[in-house]
Amino acid sequence: MNAALFYMTALAAVVTAAVVVLHRNPVVAALSLAAHLCSIAFFFVLLSAPFAAVIQIILYAGAIMVLFLFVVMLLDPGGEGINGRVGRIQLYATLLGAGALLAAIVPVVLGIGTTGGSPVPSGFGGVESFGRLLFTDYLFPFEAASILLLAAMIGALYLAKQEID
Amino acid sequence: MIPIGQVLAISAVLFTLGVVGVLIRRSALVVFMSIELMLNAANLAFVALSRAHAGMEGQVFAFFVMAVAAAEAAVGLAIIVAIFRRRHSTDVDQVALLKW
Repeated sequence: MNAALFYMTALAAVVTAAVVVLHRNPVVAALSLAAHLCSIAFFFVLLSAPFAAVIQIILYAGAIMVLFLFVVMLLDPGGEGINGRVGRIQLYATLLGAGALLAAIVPVVLGIGTTGGSPVPSGFGGVESFGRLLFTDYLFPFEAASILLLAAMIGALYLAKQEID
Repeated sequence: MIPIGQVLAISAVLFTLGVVGVLIRRSALVVFMSIELMLNAANLAFVALSRAHAGMEGQVFAFFVMAVAAAEAAVGLAIIVAIFRRRHSTDVDQVALLKW
C-alpha cells in the first residue's frame, strides 16, 4: 500500500467527516458527506476490495446521498448554530465522552501496528468471489436483507402517503 | 504491508466524530448524516480486517451494513419529512413527546 496515498485519503476522510459534524449549513454537510463516502471508497480500493468500493459509490454516494439532498432541499431547515442552544454541560460531556472513547480504542488498535497481511488470492474482492460467498454461505442473511429492504420500502411509502392534516 | 492498526485508528476517529455529531447537533438531518458516518466507520473496520485476514467475509458484512443503512435512510427520512409537515421544524429537542 502506498503510504502517501494512504495518509492523503485518511486526511480527506477525517476533514470531510469533521465538516459534516461542524458545518452549520445542512447542504454543505450533505455534500461533504458525499466527499467522505468517496474517500471511504478509496480506502476500500487501497484495502483490495474493489467491488465493495464500487457498491459504496453507487449505493451510498449515489442513492443515499441523493435521498439526503432531496430531503435537505425539500425541508430547507436553514442554519443552526453548532453550539447555539447546546448547553455547556452537554458540550463538555460530549467532548469528555468522545475523548474517553478515543483514549480507549486508539492506543489498542495502534498497538496492532503493521501486519504483512496474508497474500490475497487472485480475484480477491472481485465480483465473482463476492457473489460466490453471498449466494452460498450467506444466502440466508441475503434473503433477510431483501425482506428488510421490502419492509423499509413499504414503511417509507406509508409514511410519505399520509395526508397533511 | 498493510497498516491495519492505523486504518482501525482512523475508523475509531471517524466513529467518534459521528458520536459527537449525534450528541451536539440539533437538526435531525445532520444527526442522520452523523449516523451514516458511524456506519461507514464500521464498514471501514470490516473491510480492513477482511484484508488483514485475507478472507472475503468482512466485505460481505460491509455489504449487509450498506443494505441496512439504505433501509434506515429511507424510513428515517420519511419520518423526518412527516414530522416537518406537522411541526415545521426538524429540531430534535422539540420532538420530545416520548421523553420521560
